[in-house]
This record gives sequence, structure tokens and C-alpha cells, in this order.
Amino acid sequence: MAKILIPLLGDDIAPRFDLAQEVLIIVTTTEGEIIEERPIVLSTASAEGLCNLILIEKVDTVVCCGIEQEYYEYLTWKKVKVIDSVIGPCERIVFEAARDNLQSEDVLLERG
Amino acid sequence: MSIESANYLIRGLMDSSIELHQILDEVPIGIAAFDLDRKMVLLNRKLEALTGFSNEEAQSLQCRYVLRSALCHRGCLIKQLLERNGPIDTESDLINKNREKIPVRITAAPLNDINGSIVGFIEFVEDLRPLRDCLHEDGPFFFQSKLIGKSHEMQRIFRILPVIAQTDSSVLITGETGTGKDFIAEAIHQSSNRAKGPFIKVNCGALPENLLESELFGHEKGAFTGAVEQKPGRFRLANMGTLYLTEIGDLPLNLQVKLLSFLDDRVLHPLGSTKGVHVDVRVIAATHRNLEQMARDGLFRQDLLFRLNVIRLHLPPLGKRGEDIKMLMEHFLQIFNPRFKKKIAGFTDEAKHVLIGYPYPGNVRELRNILEYAVNFCDGSKIQEKHLPEYILEYDSSMIGLDPVSTAEPSRIQTDSVVQRNQLSWIDTERQMILDAIIKARGRRSQAAKMLGMGRSTLWRKMKKYGVIPQN
Repeated sequence: MAKILIPLLGDDIAPRFDLAQEVLIIVTTTEGEIIEERPIVLSTASAEGLCNLILIEKVDTVVCCGIEQEYYEYLTWKKVKVIDSVIGPCERIVFEAARDNLQSEDVLLERG
Repeated sequence: MSIESANYLIRGLMDSSIELHQILDEVPIGIAAFDLDRKMVLLNRKLEALTGFSNEEAQSLQCRYVLRSALCHRGCLIKQLLERNGPIDTESDLINKNREKIPVRITAAPLNDINGSIVGFIEFVEDLRPLRDCLHEDGPFFFQSKLIGKSHEMQRIFRILPVIAQTDSSVLITGETGTGKDFIAEAIHQSSNRAKGPFIKVNCGALPENLLESELFGHEKGAFTGAVEQKPGRFRLANMGTLYLTEIGDLPLNLQVKLLSFLDDRVLHPLGSTKGVHVDVRVIAATHRNLEQMARDGLFRQDLLFRLNVIRLHLPPLGKRGEDIKMLMEHFLQIFNPRFKKKIAGFTDEAKHVLIGYPYPGNVRELRNILEYAVNFCDGSKIQEKHLPEYILEYDSSMIGLDPVSTAEPSRIQTDSVVQRNQLSWIDTERQMILDAIIKARGRRSQAAKMLGMGRSTLWRKMKKYGVIPQN
């Protein structure tokens, strides 16, 4: 089982971790099957608030785009895996994250 | 001239084609161009360094994933651009691939084709870190290295200035002449989001009424005899920036109505024009006059006073700034030493006593002029009493029995001559200062002008105005 959090802006990943007002938490099995998908709307956008939520929810992996070094280090120090600079629509990211196919700087978009 | 999209070539500018990228890479600020879907078309070298994306990596990506600016979440600049149909300039921050948060100023503008249709957008991204570092070096007693003071009054002003700068409201700066109203106005502009825009200063008392209207609001070609060309006016020149109206108390009543109308709807009506022009300008006004009293006397429109008085900033006279006098004395000494190639280490106790005890009706400007005079005439390592202008030696602070610096509130007990002097208006004081300077300079106007800190032509104009020389 793995719990993954993705900050959102509309149907896409949020460009900024600290300014996301909505997140999606997914729970996956070791085989990559999604057994829970839960969106959470935050009252205010805040990097501290989001870090707090990640720890309370016992999230294993955060998939985000832009994140400040300070919060990146804090989360990794708290044993949360952070895959940052990921770009793409939420659906694709969820699909790839569930299969543990993501790495930092991945761009999941059809270019052109 | 044409730009070929495939190779980004500019043709027609020079004899042979030039690569657009080569030009943009030499520009020291970040530049990005997007298509109508806000997808990246090109990124210059500076923006590559700022964002961590190479131009190839950024191709076809949505701009928000490359710039990652706070604006991408709080209100897309391109959306605003389409609504306003004009360039936008704002401060924000971005988080780059290296996880650095960088304060930036972003200016966005539409790219139009030859028919005027929008075909894309361009953004200029300026790294504000060097500017922020520079501001922090000022220390607590300085603001933008120009305003100096550690008195309670000045510290309070330094604290509220950044807050005032961040608003876009009109500001009314009041204070005696020579207290630094111009510096404050410029400091507000420099610390505001409009800092990249122009700062236009207009002295409402310096121009005749009929010229002032066209100077401020502009005119159309043929609006009046002699209007051979269209003139934009200072308001339009200050578009996207700040218009500083100094001596607002001297603004004629009919122009006060026009200014009031502009402050209401931000639309200008140039002389002779049937169409209004929308202008985005922040207005800062300043005066040494008592506008409330003028409004009661019917000399200043009360409704305009209310409009301008959104944020009121009153600058204390130097006499109420306690220890600042000592600090300013040292500061001006440091400025004038290299200028006049002197190596003056400081002041004798007697000179210090005279300088600290003097009431400074002309405030900081007068202190500056006194020190310029003293540094000029000092030939030793310390400024002595004899190096100071004679008129300040006539004032003897020992007669007061109190040293203004040692008291929280400067003494109001003054010698007869000083009381008399303070009761005179600034006009009389300035006239007296000019006369004193001319006497001290033995009639040499250039030297007198230097002592007064003004140009020779300004001195000549003022002498003529005050009747020191015949009008004709």
C-alpha cells in the first residue's frame, strides 16, 4: 500500500506546491491498483499547511511541480518521497504514480 | 523587416539576416514568448538561467509550468492582458527547477501582427534579488540610501513607507520646505510596483496657469494658437508610473477641478480633444501649505483635498528630529569631502554647538547648504565656527540654556531675532538667505549660488522675483 499526494490546479498538477488550494490523495496497492482517490480542498494555500497535512495523512510520496528547497528537505527528512518538477494532467500523473513509473522532471504531455 | 518562425530570423534590419535568439540572448533580462494557447515558443538565455529550463525543454509547455510564478495561481497575467488590452507590469516570484524562490518583476505585452490581431504574448522577467540585497544593505537608519534618520519620527516613516509603496492609493505629503518631500515621493515610487515605470515630477507653482494645463493634461494639434503639434502631457508620460505634483497648494482652482475629475475616473481630456484617454497613474502630491486652512479660505477645493488625502504623510521639521541633526551633519560632511577634495575629519565642539543649536527654518536643505559652505571654506582638519555662515553665528543657542538635541521636544524658547525670523514666511526667509549669501560672497553671484546650493540661473530668477535686482 502506498499513499500519494498530488497538489492540483484544475485538472492538472499545480505549478506551485506552496500555492495549491486543492490536493488529490490516492491510495494504491503494491500491484498498482488504485483503491482510494480523495480530493481535498484547502482553506488557504500554504506550504506549511500542506506539509502538516502530508504528515497527518501519513503520505508516502508527494508528486508536485515547483517546490522550494526548504519544504523539499523538510519532507524528505520526514521520510516522505518527493518527486518534483513533474508536469502533466492529473489523470496521467495518477496513472503513472500508481505504477511507480514517475521520476523528477517528467513531462507527461503530448508536445506539438 | 520580417521574422521567419522556422529559424527565427530577422530580415531587413541589417544587410543580412540576423538570428532573433542571438539578440535576445544578449539581453540581461529574461524574455519568453508564448502562442495564443500560452505555450512556450522561445526562452532567452537569461530566462533559461532563471527557470532552469533550456529553450528546447520549454518548447510547447504551458507557460505556467516553466515560469511557475505566483501569478499563475493568483490570476494569470495573460488573462489580465486580454482584458486590459495593454502591457502589464507587476512584481511576483517564481520557483525554478533548482527549488529556488526568486523575486521577479514581470512585464507582459501582447504580440500583434501587422493587422493588429494578437498572435501571441511576450513576457520580460527581471530578477529582483540584486535590488532586494541592495535595499537590505541600507540598515535601519536609512531608506533607499537617500533618507536618513534615527529619530522616532523618521523611524516611524521608514516603517510605513514600504506599506504605503505597496498600495496604489494617492498620497499627500506635507511638511515644511526642505524636509525631504521630494525624496519621500521618489522613495515611494521606487519601492512600489510602478518602480519600472516613469516618475514624473511637476511643480504646480513653477508654471503659468495657461501653460500648466497643457503641460499636465496635454493638447491636440491646433487646440490653440501656437499648438502646432500634439502634446501628450505629463499625465500620459507618467502612464504605468507615478506623477508627483509638488506645491499642489499652488494649483489654480480651475485645474483643481480637472485633477479631481481625473482622480475620479482616471480618464484624461487633453485640450482640444473630444475623446477621453484612460491613463494608469498613481498620484503623489506634496505641499508645504496648510491645505485645510486653504480649503476653509476657499483657495483649495475641499473635495480634491479629500481625494488626495487618502494616505497622509507628514514630515517633521528638522528641529523636531533630535539626534538626526548630528547624523545629517556627518552624512553631508562625507558627501562634500570628496566633492571638494577635502579631508575634514569632523567639527570642533564650538562649531558643533552652533550647528546643533540653530533652529533651521529651511530644514535639511538649509543644513546641507550650510555644510557645503563650511566644507568649501574650511582649510583645516576640522570645521570651526569661523567656517560657518555668519547668519547662523548670530543665533546663539547658549542664550536658550537648552540644547535641542538633549531634549525630547526641541525648545520653543528662542531669541528675539530667531522668533522674528521664524515668524517670517519662507519667501522672506529665502530672500534673507539670498541677501546673506550675496553679502558673504562679496557680490559674486556664482559663489553665492554655490553657497545656497542652487544654480546661477535659479539664483538670478529668485533675485529678480524678490526684487534683489531690478525687474528689467
